[in-house]
Amino acid sequence: MVDVTWGGARVGAQDAAERARALDKLRLGDVIFHAITRSAAILVLLLLGGVMVALLLGALPALQTFGFDFVTTQRWNPVTEKFGALAPIYGTLITSLIAMVIAVPFGLLIAMFLTELCPMWLRRPIGIAIELLAGIPSIIYGIWGLFVLAPFLQQYVQPALISAFGDIPVLSTLFAGPPYGIGMLTAGLILAIMVLPFVTSISRDVFDAVPPVLKEAAYGLGCSTWEVMRHVVLPYTRVGVIGGVMLGLGRALGETMAVTFVIGNAHKISGSLLAPGTTISATIANEFTEAVGDLYTSSLIALGLILFVITFIVLAIARYMLMRIERRVG
Amino acid sequence: MDASIYAARRRSNVMATVASYAATGIGLAGLAMILIVLFWEGFSGLSLAVFTQMTPPPGSAGGLLNAIVGSIMMTVIAIAIGTPIGMLAGTYMAEYGRHEKLTSIVRFINDILLSAPSIVVGLFIYEVMVVPMGHFSGIAGAVALAVIVIPVVVRTTEDMLMLVPNTLREAAASIGLPRSLMIRHIAYRAARSGIITGILLAVARISGETAPLLFTALNNQFYSSNLNAPMSSLPVVIFQFALSPYADWQKLAWTGALIITISVLVLSIVARALAGTRKAS
Repeated sequence: MVDVTWGGARVGAQDAAERARALDKLRLGDVIFHAITRSAAILVLLLLGGVMVALLLGALPALQTFGFDFVTTQRWNPVTEKFGALAPIYGTLITSLIAMVIAVPFGLLIAMFLTELCPMWLRRPIGIAIELLAGIPSIIYGIWGLFVLAPFLQQYVQPALISAFGDIPVLSTLFAGPPYGIGMLTAGLILAIMVLPFVTSISRDVFDAVPPVLKEAAYGLGCSTWEVMRHVVLPYTRVGVIGGVMLGLGRALGETMAVTFVIGNAHKISGSLLAPGTTISATIANEFTEAVGDLYTSSLIALGLILFVITFIVLAIARYMLMRIERRVG
Repeated sequence: MDASIYAARRRSNVMATVASYAATGIGLAGLAMILIVLFWEGFSGLSLAVFTQMTPPPGSAGGLLNAIVGSIMMTVIAIAIGTPIGMLAGTYMAEYGRHEKLTSIVRFINDILLSAPSIVVGLFIYEVMVVPMGHFSGIAGAVALAVIVIPVVVRTTEDMLMLVPNTLREAAASIGLPRSLMIRHIAYRAARSGIITGILLAVARISGETAPLLFTALNNQFYSSNLNAPMSSLPVVIFQFALSPYADWQKLAWTGALIITISVLVLSIVARALAGTRKAS
């Protein structure tokens, strides 16, 4: 720190020079610190650019060899070195779809409970519990899925599904085949459980942002809780809810460990949800260290690139929408 | 006619309310069940040997010592690399460039990095570190984790510095303090507990990350503190052991999962308490 004394009225020439030096030093320090922080901020941008470039370069051999066929074919044969990404892409989309179909209604209903129905003293504990659960690493969900959920589904749920929908045209294909326990449906369920805390806590935050006056006015007109939710809260928070859902979707699409345990890793598109499949992230996790040959490795990196591009788009939309609602709240 | 409208409205309200209660019940029960099974299976395998012995070959008893040490080493290095970068970037966004275009771009990109798939980070580090070095290594794993730490720290640092009242900054400026000193001695001090919260959350976030380590640090069945060699870590060991057909390995996987979950929960609770005291004061 500088010792700046204004006490002495007569400041000698030497003192003045010293002070000028000290001030110069401070100014220089400020310029340097500014430059350092600015470069750190730019580094964050470069990080994303670096990921993009590294993946593109790594994926180039595969993309050059297979061209557009890479995303439209489903053969995946390491022996003959023919690779197509359709099965993992399909698996990623379907498992995420199952997860969102389950997690979104559940998340919204729980958020409705927390903001409208729950007694005051219970709100904080439940809210905190859900936020803590959102922080549990995905490998924990994966190991639970493998040892608890998959056997349970195999023994009880899947046989029931198969026999119940066996005679109905479309559903019989969706729920066909032997009950393996592991497969697309199981992976989707695990993802749903994993994404649920996210969707819930974001929806709750968004619902909380509704000005109480609006809700009170509606209640004052005699609206029921459901009508307030349906006609006041949801329309007001629509953008934010969609943002939160997209954020959850981004998580589900890119999730690796929770899925890898229970997906079955089969490079095959099957009409049945009970059949084993694979996702982009599970394929990379399972095969990358064992991949021999440049083309195999490159194909896996190309899968990573596709995943990155898909999640980037989804997350960008999510952030844009959440930003819009934040701006409205002020 | 009025009566029938009322009845219909009442019916829809009751249905929605019941659905809401049921969803909360089922959701919380499902999540609670995961924790109960985890604690049950994990605690039954917990013993001193877990912390004193190495990961065993299949069919014999052992512990998780090398995995725990590897995880701690990589986490510490990742935090040591990621925190300064993240804090500096967050400082720029909140202090120097609060109204710059660069800040809003960085904020947008950072939010995307925050939830980008971690396996892609693993591929990235594989391309830029493992391939040039020619082998898997603990340091590559640590850098991969650092890439995940940075966005978390950027976000909390920025948020926390934004909460520092401007009057403090103006007071510092009025006694002639240059900006860099003001930031380091006043703003950082005022935002300290919040920034520490962010770092703790970052530790919690990476302590369970598996995907970025799979092809950077790989795994090592033996004790190794050599950062230039493949290094074992808890999540990767859990992954490998859980998918194995051996009962001992599966048991150790549960125990490892319990250790991770407890550390993550403790970290998040401490972080929350720190943030709470800040708000209260």
